[in-house]
Amino acid sequence: MDLTVIWYIVPSLIMFCCGIYGFITRKNMIAMLISLELMLNAVDINFVVFNRYLFPGQLEGMFFTLFAIAIAAAETALAIAIIINVYRWAKHIDASDITQMKH
Amino acid sequence: MESVGGIIMYWIIVLAIVIFSVLTVTTRKILRAATYLLFTLFATAALYFKLDYEFLGAVQIAVYAGGIVVLFVFSILLTSHPGDNSEKLVSRKKLLGIVASIATLVIAGYALISRCSVMFANLPEGENPPMKLLGETLMGTGEGQYLLPFEAISVLLLACIIGGVVVARKR
Repeated sequence: MDLTVIWYIVPSLIMFCCGIYGFITRKNMIAMLISLELMLNAVDINFVVFNRYLFPGQLEGMFFTLFAIAIAAAETALAIAIIINVYRWAKHIDASDITQMKH
Repeated sequence: MESVGGIIMYWIIVLAIVIFSVLTVTTRKILRAATYLLFTLFATAALYFKLDYEFLGAVQIAVYAGGIVVLFVFSILLTSHPGDNSEKLVSRKKLLGIVASIATLVIAGYALISRCSVMFANLPEGENPPMKLLGETLMGTGEGQYLLPFEAISVLLLACIIGGVVVARKR
């Protein structure tokens, strides 16, 4: 059995679809953020696999993934700061009930 | 041709990725969702190790599993009671989610299958890029080297730290 590109792409596709499902069905803001991380992670796997299989010896995909991980960390930290601020004001973090950010 | 051990490793990693990412979005306890996310990220790091990118796997474990998940756990403990179940899904919303994800699966799967020649490329010979090469690529200013994005990321992280403090501090 040869592990070709598609053997790695399909799990990442399934991970991405799980992320979409979670992002639509979840109400808790932190749970939505977790689904978002799943989707980002799936995209990172794609970059690495394409880099390793189709362009061996180059490092573009790997470095794109490195920078994507750093940006994801920054984005998560800021999003969680906003969520905690919203919690202080509204006492809950249900996305469907928060329709205005500033009163 | 892949060795038997490699194939067994592959199936363990893939099963972990699929099972834990499904559990992440379907479990009703939010703290468990964060834990399953941690396992998914570990499985992804194992996938990077399997593809010979060891530095990337280490970064994945250190930044994602070590940093982001801890951030998630702390914010969950700050904002909700960990024992609570989230309320039952409205069937309309569940249907919408399933339709959207299945549609994505079908469209992207079709796009994958219609690119057969690329999708069945074999693993070319290659080895773990040496650390010296990685450092030179990250810090060099020549063609295909990434000093400018590196500095831009550091400024972004600084802005993010200040922004996080300003947004979350008590007034």
